[in-house]
Amino acid sequence: MKTFDAQIIANQPVSARYWQMTLDTSALDQPVRPGQFFHIQCGDTWRAPLRRPLSVYHYDQKSRTLKFLYLVKGIGTQQMTLKKKSDIMNLIGPLGHGFTLPKQGALLLIARGVGVATLHALACQARAENKNVHVILSARTPADLLTVDLLAQIGATVYTVTDTERTSSVKSVRALSEKLIREEGISSVYTCGSNRLNKLVQELADEHQLKGELATEAHMACGIGDCYACACTIRKDNQLKTVRVCTDGPVFPISEVVL
Amino acid sequence: MTDLSVNIGSLTLQNPVMPASGTFGPELAPLLDINRLGALVPKSVTLSARDGNQTPRICETDGGMINSIGIQSKGVEHYMANILPSYHDFDPPLIASISGETIDEFEQLAARLDKHPDVAALELNISCPNLRDNGQAFGMSAESTFNLLRQVRAATGKPLIAKLTPNVTRIQDIARAAEQGGADALTVANTFLAMAIDTETRKPRIGNIMGGLSGAAVKPLIVRLIFQAHQATNLPIIGSGGIMNGQDAIEMILAGATSVQIGTATFVQPNAMNTITDEITDYLTRHHIDAVTDLIGQVDLR
Repeated sequence: MKTFDAQIIANQPVSARYWQMTLDTSALDQPVRPGQFFHIQCGDTWRAPLRRPLSVYHYDQKSRTLKFLYLVKGIGTQQMTLKKKSDIMNLIGPLGHGFTLPKQGALLLIARGVGVATLHALACQARAENKNVHVILSARTPADLLTVDLLAQIGATVYTVTDTERTSSVKSVRALSEKLIREEGISSVYTCGSNRLNKLVQELADEHQLKGELATEAHMACGIGDCYACACTIRKDNQLKTVRVCTDGPVFPISEVVL
Repeated sequence: MTDLSVNIGSLTLQNPVMPASGTFGPELAPLLDINRLGALVPKSVTLSARDGNQTPRICETDGGMINSIGIQSKGVEHYMANILPSYHDFDPPLIASISGETIDEFEQLAARLDKHPDVAALELNISCPNLRDNGQAFGMSAESTFNLLRQVRAATGKPLIAKLTPNVTRIQDIARAAEQGGADALTVANTFLAMAIDTETRKPRIGNIMGGLSGAAVKPLIVRLIFQAHQATNLPIIGSGGIMNGQDAIEMILAGATSVQIGTATFVQPNAMNTITDEITDYLTRHHIDAVTDLIGQVDLR
């Protein structure tokens, strides 16, 4: 973990509500794991004094480039959209615990909305290790579906469901997931982006005895474990514990998360 | 050579810059030179374990933030077994911030930490706005401030720093009460009781509805409170609230502060305390001032 400056290589919209930022992170001298995040200064520290935690969307170790896929939601991400090529961003990272891959078997990734960002990084890593990857992408509308082509290009099998097509209900995602678990040798399941889907994945992991992990998100101040702003509750050894998303997570075993 | 050292009661600090409680931890070590701080202030400890408040616990505001963490703490025994040792290898003296719901709890905490060799002083958090209804705190009443200080004073020989609340009508009265009760220094001040509402959802932006405002936005209020407290007592004052750079720190010292605490600025830039220390040195050099103590309370009112 370090604080460092990174120059913007590109920063552009990828759909109506989502943007992608590519940074030259040659200042970074440690490995970056899927599921980890960086704490980013967005711009004007009067309007947005706090940093924003953004999960890794893609990291290329060879070229030392880091990509974020971000939903333009509030003042911080709005300010990020004003940044131009060659501008400098200040980052702290890499932070938090990332995903762990299964030793064998295929992965099932279930993402909703911008939750696909962190799961995309996981898909890249799993494909680089020649594991089979199935991704269910859920969004409000077909136009909100992100990274479908990119995931297909790296050899993941992609299934899309949307609210407008009435294919995104928990019931239909469950049916699709169960079919994949039955037919595709799924050994582990990962999710991010929707509380309803988190619950579904928790149930599926339990019912089918799969390894399961959930990437959580939270408002953060320090991002490194000092301030206890980003608390969440987990259950470990049948006891409830308040833990920090930033340092104890953001990825948790799905069986531990209290939903 | 500029002299940055200051005294807080019997405690000598190598420079006036220390963290505000709740914004600092050994996790900062890769991002900040902790040995360059004037003192270390870990997060407030309570007698027994507390879970803290519901989320969201922070929200951003113009020039600041509101927090309502609620003193998440694993209790004093865990603090002595795990937290204090995690600071053992750092050089600066450690000021233990303690918090309680009753005066007896403060007394028991002080007694428990009294003999601990790693604790150089105690900061009494008599001002947390997030523990009781509508931000009530001991530090809102001169009488309970006096009683609390007097009882804790009897329990420990360590220097006592009373962290005052800004949510009072006359801070002078509270400052005097703390002094008369036996405080060695004052921290001015804790956060301002505040509230923010999300206009889209109509919900409060803090889970606990209200929280404490900190950051650049509060600095002029804190400068005024330091000035008033300094007029009212002879105690050294630790200025806290909205310092983002060295100039802000100097401003508080001119108002009457001996030392300063940095909190929100560390969230903006983790090495802020190091930068602020350098900027204080630059200011002293530029103004040909030998010792930072020469500036305390030196606002020119003529």
